[in-house]
Amino acid sequence: MSSETILELRGLCKTFGGLAAVDDVSLEVKRGALHAIIGPNGAGKTTLINLLSGDLRASSGTIFYCGHDITQLTPEKRSRMGVGRSYQKTNVFLGFTALENCRLAAQSRAPRPLHWWRDAMSDDAQIEKARGALIAAESIERADEIASTLSHGEQRQLEIAMCLATDPELLLLDEPLAGMAAEESQRMIALIARLAATHAVLLVEHDMDAVFQLANVLTVMVNGKVLATGAPDEIRANREVQNAYLGAADTLP
Amino acid sequence: MTLIILPRSLLLIALLLLALFPLTGSTFYIQLGAKILIMAIFALSLDLLVGHTGLVSFGHAAYFGLAAYALALVSPKYEAANVWLTLPLAIGIAAFAALVIGFFVLRTTGVYFIMVTLAFAQMLYSIFHDTQLGGGSDGIYIYVRPELAIAGFKPLDLESPLQFYYFVLILLILVHGLLKRILHAPFGRALAGIRLNEQRMRSIGFPVFGYKLGAFVIAGALAGLAGYLAACQFGFVNPDILAWQQSGTVLMMVILGGMGRLHGAVLGALAYVLLQEFLSAPAITGEFAKHWQLPMGSLIVVIALVFPRGIGGIFDVALRRYSYRTPSANLVSRE
Amino acid sequence: MFYLIQILNAVQYGLLLFLLASGLTLIFGIMGVINLAHGSFYMIGAYLAYWLAKLTGNLWFAIPIGVVMTLGIGGLLETTIIRRLYQRDHLYQVLATFGLILIFEELRSILFGNDVHGVAIPAALNYSIPLTDTLSYPVYRLFVTGVCLVTAALLYWVIYKTRVGMMIRAGNSNREMAASLGVNVPLLFTWVFAAGTALAGFAGAVAAPISSVFPGMGNQILIICFVVVVIGGIGSINGAMIASLAIGLADTLGKVIAAEYSAIAVYLVMALILLWRPQGIANKA
Repeated sequence: MSSETILELRGLCKTFGGLAAVDDVSLEVKRGALHAIIGPNGAGKTTLINLLSGDLRASSGTIFYCGHDITQLTPEKRSRMGVGRSYQKTNVFLGFTALENCRLAAQSRAPRPLHWWRDAMSDDAQIEKARGALIAAESIERADEIASTLSHGEQRQLEIAMCLATDPELLLLDEPLAGMAAEESQRMIALIARLAATHAVLLVEHDMDAVFQLANVLTVMVNGKVLATGAPDEIRANREVQNAYLGAADTLP
Repeated sequence: MTLIILPRSLLLIALLLLALFPLTGSTFYIQLGAKILIMAIFALSLDLLVGHTGLVSFGHAAYFGLAAYALALVSPKYEAANVWLTLPLAIGIAAFAALVIGFFVLRTTGVYFIMVTLAFAQMLYSIFHDTQLGGGSDGIYIYVRPELAIAGFKPLDLESPLQFYYFVLILLILVHGLLKRILHAPFGRALAGIRLNEQRMRSIGFPVFGYKLGAFVIAGALAGLAGYLAACQFGFVNPDILAWQQSGTVLMMVILGGMGRLHGAVLGALAYVLLQEFLSAPAITGEFAKHWQLPMGSLIVVIALVFPRGIGGIFDVALRRYSYRTPSANLVSRE
Repeated sequence: MFYLIQILNAVQYGLLLFLLASGLTLIFGIMGVINLAHGSFYMIGAYLAYWLAKLTGNLWFAIPIGVVMTLGIGGLLETTIIRRLYQRDHLYQVLATFGLILIFEELRSILFGNDVHGVAIPAALNYSIPLTDTLSYPVYRLFVTGVCLVTAALLYWVIYKTRVGMMIRAGNSNREMAASLGVNVPLLFTWVFAAGTALAGFAGAVAAPISSVFPGMGNQILIICFVVVVIGGIGSINGAMIASLAIGLADTLGKVIAAEYSAIAVYLVMALILLWRPQGIANKA
């Protein structure tokens, strides 16, 4: 596992009206990192993910992915470069089966001869890739169920599976554990840990137990700014972080 | 939206009925039948946009009308034009217009999209109505129908109502088959994804604008085919063929029949034309026959409020197929 | 001088469009409903003015009474049909209101026939102000401009300076919160819709002596209104004002430069805006 930088943010800003939701954020994500972003509500974490995936345009600053400046690129271009993103509010194709969700995701990478003529289901390679993504996300038993009939936890897993079907190098996970029961959370945590072995992961989460279990780098954001970045132990011991966010020391895991 | 495939037996019966129907009746009914089939092609083209891609275009008559005008302007005054030359030309013009207009209108979404598609169609209407380009508000006559001749051999004589009917029927079957093929293909599946969740499609790497533009152009081309046939049948083209009422009518057909099901568009066209004939026949509605748009409008309002899934929806209920419950992937056939 | 006349015409037309477009954009911005039949209310106002003026011989009576009647019709329509469309997909709103257009057109045809009818300008305003030796400008048009300005000012005042306006703007941004603050949202919506249609009817009524009443008059101007709303941005009164005046100017200039192709001028402006700022002038990206 090399420790080269896969994602770099320099002075990234996003303002809405007069309000700076993301204020001069700079950080680096290295390959092999499981980099978590934590902070109180309203700290700008989801806005940051949106800026990285391209769902929002930055007001100023730059984003480098594998050395390329992607700040002005559309979401679809970023996805094709290897950035995969899952959403906090489940954003799957509810009317399709789980398999179709992933197949469609895989289709975005497929070469396109006779793209409007041959039957979509006849492309075995694509279907295999979709099944592979479902297996990796542990959703394969539910492959033929309509997404809207899946449980909340299964839908969150499908979110990740869809991401995986696009062969990303970097995973942007926006609160993957949101709304999950304890057992589902454990499964998801194990899944993310496994994925981190083969992908760089940038994770936004509120669940502190999960964060300290998984992450090897932490960034704390408060009011749109980066307060501190470092290894979990450093962050835990950081006075400013404790005061601003974690409250008293005894609330730390 | 899912693709419902009616049991094959029903489809074959319908096809048989359509093929045998003209052998029974009078010229009037044969011509009515041809009109219905032409409208069915028009409705199918819009269904691709509205039902399958989620693009509500209120200006689809623009491409219908442009192709009609193309034929009218290119046809020699008292001779037959050649279908093999004029039909591709008309479709090409319609497709090109869809490409240009699509480039502008697809920059918008939602209500804006509805309004700008209407506006561009109205622009074309104004051009043909206010200028002498197409004979102004008087329109142009096509005295002789184009002929399907290659080096003197004519497989069908389009001047004959019966043969014209079969010509249109063959084209309808081809269009239906083509659309079915497209919808099962990766391109069509991407359109379905765009309809369900455009943002997610972007986020997994689809260049959504390109797909929407592709659908827009295909729909425009097919609408052009219908417009060409309409010009053939009526022998007369005037600006009303591009008017917003025409765009609204075809949209109505698509919704009436039930969207997202190809046969729905055909049913919708059938239902609308028959309804219009019924309501505007003095023999049935007497003095108020010329005010047939009043009951028609009321019916449209009722359908919009009460029966959103249209006739095709009623079919589904009758056959106990609930589209939201059936895995679409399983419905994509492997034939 | 000639250009002064064109500018006066442009402003007059633009302000008339504003009355129509403001109703349309408010109704869409607040209730989320696209109403194709909005143009029909322009027609209703015009035909009522024509009919009442014929009946009473007095346009000064006819216009206010006509507007009040339009208000009533609009309110009735809202409570019966429109309110069922609020949560529906735009497609069904388009379909339902398209049906309404057909109904209104046929009712007009049954009640008033299909001929063009002139409406007499009130005697008091039926003269022209001389501008040069050869050119003069009809006073009635100045009257229309003035009346539209006053109405626009009134509209701004209501929306931005009154409690009602505040409720409207609150209902615009957050319906549930407005309701929990005690605003009777359904009633508010009925009034907003009725007021929007009354504005349209008023525009039709005052414009009737200039344009005459004729079949399809509402739909013609409706589409131009859509262009105004697209350019100005949905829900934005300011945007509607800027766009209305811009369209008024484009249309008038178009007529001067190339009479036959003048109608296209408006759509060209729209196309340019679509390239530059698809979300409308007033709205942020």
